[in-house]
Amino acid sequence: MTALEVAAKLVGCLLVFLTVPLLVGQLEHKAMAHMQSRLGPMYAGGFHGWAQLVADGVKFVQKESVVPSNADRQVFNLAPAVALLPYLFVLIAIPVGPGDSAHDLSVGVFFALAVVSVGVIGVLMAGWSSANKYSLLGGLRAGAQLMAYELPLVLAAASVAMAAGTLSLDGIAHAWHWWWLPYQGVGAFVFFTAALAELRRPPFDMPVADSEIVFGPFTEYTGLRFGLFILSEYAGIVVFSALTSVLFLGGWKGPFLEHQLGWLWLLIKTFALSFVVIWLRVSYPRLREDQLQKFAWAALVPLALGQVAVTGVVEVLR
Amino acid sequence: MTGADVVFGLLGVVCFASGVLVVTARNLIHAALWLVVCFGALAGCYLVLTAEFVAWVQVLIYIGAVVVLMLFGAMLTRTPIGPVQDLDSGNRPVAALAGLATAGLLGVLVVDAFRAAYVDVHGTAVGDGHVMGTAIFRYYVLPFEIASVLLLAALVGAIVLTGQRRANQAAPGEH
Repeated sequence: MTALEVAAKLVGCLLVFLTVPLLVGQLEHKAMAHMQSRLGPMYAGGFHGWAQLVADGVKFVQKESVVPSNADRQVFNLAPAVALLPYLFVLIAIPVGPGDSAHDLSVGVFFALAVVSVGVIGVLMAGWSSANKYSLLGGLRAGAQLMAYELPLVLAAASVAMAAGTLSLDGIAHAWHWWWLPYQGVGAFVFFTAALAELRRPPFDMPVADSEIVFGPFTEYTGLRFGLFILSEYAGIVVFSALTSVLFLGGWKGPFLEHQLGWLWLLIKTFALSFVVIWLRVSYPRLREDQLQKFAWAALVPLALGQVAVTGVVEVLR
Repeated sequence: MTGADVVFGLLGVVCFASGVLVVTARNLIHAALWLVVCFGALAGCYLVLTAEFVAWVQVLIYIGAVVVLMLFGAMLTRTPIGPVQDLDSGNRPVAALAGLATAGLLGVLVVDAFRAAYVDVHGTAVGDGHVMGTAIFRYYVLPFEIASVLLLAALVGAIVLTGQRRANQAAPGEH
């Protein structure tokens, strides 16, 4: 692999990072609107408001960046970068075709989960440094939620890695067969649900519950830094949808032309899962904090452990 | 001296400097954030030594869970924004002595045990999941099992302790 190839792949990752989250955001605007008998954005750009998020981005850049006078200035300013950048790095490891990722790691699953878990620190930094009680409450809730849901997430990923006999994301996609759908179905449910909670998406949006703690850790943020937090939410949806596709839905596997069209199959699966994320936001009410914790420890962890046990037994017998 | 040596040395300097900042920072949250830098640099050291698996587990467990737990704990208490005055206690010299003694002991132990063991970092990865799995579950399975029993005992102990307190609190109300 030459330096030029590496550079081209990294630029590709950056382009995906800058466009696909915006597409998901636009999809959310429109899908949510139609589910609620509205039209959503219709004017920006002309055709069905396609440029709405570009206009939003321009608006965020123009706004004044305010730092509260009691805030911890350095931590406050650094937090959006810490929350956003991990999702960019994870994209490097996601395979878009057979043996075709920006960099195939032999321990890709651990790389992805480890790097994603760093993003949490950005949210905690934002919650603490804002010198605002709503931010602090949001930060606390985010911390508690992420600790509870990290465990089922890793266990579900471990189960699929056991079934595939490898920790490489490309290797897992290679090993995938259609009958993994029932075999790893519980794991897929646990992983996707825990991913929703990691992203603080409804129905797990207690940390940013807008009707009680304004906007949680992001209350004091304005302008571009607020925009970066919003972008990190959508980038997170894309990354976790893509990870779920690779781990549980075969990634680049499709009905035909896997070598040429692998990226397309992965993109279709990613968008389908992103649509489910949006759909759940429209259709489920927010879980209370105690319900959230109970669901993680009393439902998801036992389910994930059961899935690991089933996978272990099947793999030993096979 | 190769590029890998230089990177390893630089990461070591970052690791050491951020470690010193962790204990000297007057701001509790800043100390925890410097710990993130320290663990990150340590993970980088593992990567340079081609121990990929250990590096990412280090990030997942220590940055993703341990530091998050510490930040969570600090946020639960009355940690103010800005410097905290009463971070230092009279135990400072004793703590410094204990730290130096532990560092010296570990340093001597590691140097003595692995003096002749060299790893060729330019060949294939020697620390990927396959190698680590073989090592843990074939050669080091007894320490692995002892560690897991220890963790299980700690878990059961925590449950028993909290359960007892709850039973004591409930008792006066029953009369």
